[in-house]
Amino acid sequence: MSGLRRDTRYLLATTAPGVFFIVVFLVLPSAYLVGMAFLSNGSYGLPTGPLTLDAFRELAGFGFLGWSPGNLYTLIRSVWQSLLATAIVIVIAYPAAYTISRQPVRWRAVMLLAVVVPSWTNQVIRSVGWMNIFAPDTVVSELAVRIGLTEAQMGLFPSQFAVIVGLVYNFLPFMVLPLYAAFERLDIEQVEAARDLFASPVAVFRHAVFPQTLPGLMAGTVLVAIPAFGMYVVTELLGGGKATMIGNLVARQFVQASNWPLGAAGAIIMIVVTLVGLKVLRDLGRRVGGDREVLL
Amino acid sequence: MADPAVGGPRTESAIQVHAATKSFERGVRAVDAVDLDVEAGEFFTLLGPSGCGKTTLLRLLAGLEQPDSGRITIGGRVMDGVPPHRRSVNTVFQSYALFPHRNVRRNIGFGLEMQAVAAAQIDARVRRIAELIGIDDLLDREIAQLSGGQRQRVALARAIVNEPDVLLLDEPLSALDADLRGRLQLELKRLQRQLGMTFVFVTHDQEEAMVMSDRMAVLDAGRIAQVGTPDAIYESPAALFVARFMGHQNFVPIHGRDAHGVDTPLGRLEGVFGAGDQLLLRPETIRLDDEAKTTPNRFEAVVEERLYRGGTTEYRLACESVRLLASRANRGQPAHQVGDRIHVGVSPRGTTTLTD
Repeated sequence: MSGLRRDTRYLLATTAPGVFFIVVFLVLPSAYLVGMAFLSNGSYGLPTGPLTLDAFRELAGFGFLGWSPGNLYTLIRSVWQSLLATAIVIVIAYPAAYTISRQPVRWRAVMLLAVVVPSWTNQVIRSVGWMNIFAPDTVVSELAVRIGLTEAQMGLFPSQFAVIVGLVYNFLPFMVLPLYAAFERLDIEQVEAARDLFASPVAVFRHAVFPQTLPGLMAGTVLVAIPAFGMYVVTELLGGGKATMIGNLVARQFVQASNWPLGAAGAIIMIVVTLVGLKVLRDLGRRVGGDREVLL
Repeated sequence: MADPAVGGPRTESAIQVHAATKSFERGVRAVDAVDLDVEAGEFFTLLGPSGCGKTTLLRLLAGLEQPDSGRITIGGRVMDGVPPHRRSVNTVFQSYALFPHRNVRRNIGFGLEMQAVAAAQIDARVRRIAELIGIDDLLDREIAQLSGGQRQRVALARAIVNEPDVLLLDEPLSALDADLRGRLQLELKRLQRQLGMTFVFVTHDQEEAMVMSDRMAVLDAGRIAQVGTPDAIYESPAALFVARFMGHQNFVPIHGRDAHGVDTPLGRLEGVFGAGDQLLLRPETIRLDDEAKTTPNRFEAVVEERLYRGGTTEYRLACESVRLLASRANRGQPAHQVGDRIHVGVSPRGTTTLTD
């Protein structure tokens, strides 16, 4: 080391821990995962060579018995369920964040805490809570029977409905917080300028309020849609096989089916879908936000 | 006063404010029983220190606030409960409040877009206003790319493109540096004359108010202290507050008076003065040295400070117990130095008396 210049040594010393961490915990596992995805599933559940596309073919549904679209359905269902949950979260969080931001300062802290505190509890425990609420014979289930949502003695879980409720419940805080931050920073003069320039209340919202909250909305969407897409616990507990998502499929390959190449291929597809989703969201944000960068 | 809503005599008033009062939460009356009449085509200024209610009054005119009581009429229409977007009034905001997600063109066209004006017509009007204000080369820029002065012009264009009955300007120049500010004062004034539009301008800067206004109102704690032309307010302030705010410093108490004169710490001053108990001497009416000979009242003073300002020289004088500021146009007279004893003359013409 003594041959190196002082600032070079300094650079090495300060970046080495971070580089080490990223290489050991991100680069190497990712490389391992990608490599795994191109191996085949050998006998005794051990991945073997040579390199093939078998895992991806299997994921697409081409098995020994011809084509079956089950995995594709799971992928599509994952995208659909996470988008639906995100949409519902937005509908709930947007007015909530606005309302909180309009309260006296003391109350804001209390109300934000009320939104956030549940997320400090373990996900499993909260999901089990919903299982109890949605079980047969509960008030909620009885009510659901009355309005024809379900049949008597069936309860509301396991079901896709329960999964969506679980997802919404889980991710609500991650939408409320960035939106709240956006509303708190809202430039009231822009709102007044719009009112002054003949904008009706609806137009004021559309042209002066919404654009200002768009970055918060985008951040919230990233924080909700992506983890929801890969959700494992909620679907496992509240879906009961009726609303399986890609995260469950991947986990099953590693834990139960011992088909690691297939699990790795699923994980890679998850990453690809996520990146494509981010790109779509970014372009959408640009279009809506008048060519501003509103995301990333 | 005839009710303007029911076809009373046609007035030339652009704005009539009658007994308007507006209080905020802590019970402070920001605007307290204000009566005001702004004529059509006038450059009218609301002048006062911060917290005097001038901005609140402007917001009442814009419709961004509703008065607790009283009545506001704009262009002959009573504005009770009329929201901002239904008033033929537009505002230039202090911080400009431009929409950052729209470029210059779409900022300026916003008001016309909201009034569902045809796109081609919006384009033509935006272009015409941009040319008038000298920002036609900026139309396709983003707001973030503009300098402070350019933003100011865009905010102005965005308001006047709508051709409102009244344009409200809330300290529009306060964020700019002195040089640019001076230029824009002239531009605004020229623009207002050219358009013949009624401007209501808010500022806390008395020089700016005097330079720009046809008439102005000086506000003090939510009330109007005086309304008039800049000369009338500067030369004959109606109250001590107004005099101080307009920058006057020479106040001489009057202890006694008779038909021929008044007694002051400067000595006896001959002549007919007003009835107030404070005599206001404007710096430029105080005669020095030779020029003092023509005035009826002369006394001696010591020069304590001399401030050369190019066109004028200011002398800070001590006469008896009184400190006076005198200002003299520089026309080649010999300058007085600090410590000089000089003659000072005061005539009743051009003086005002005030009561606390």
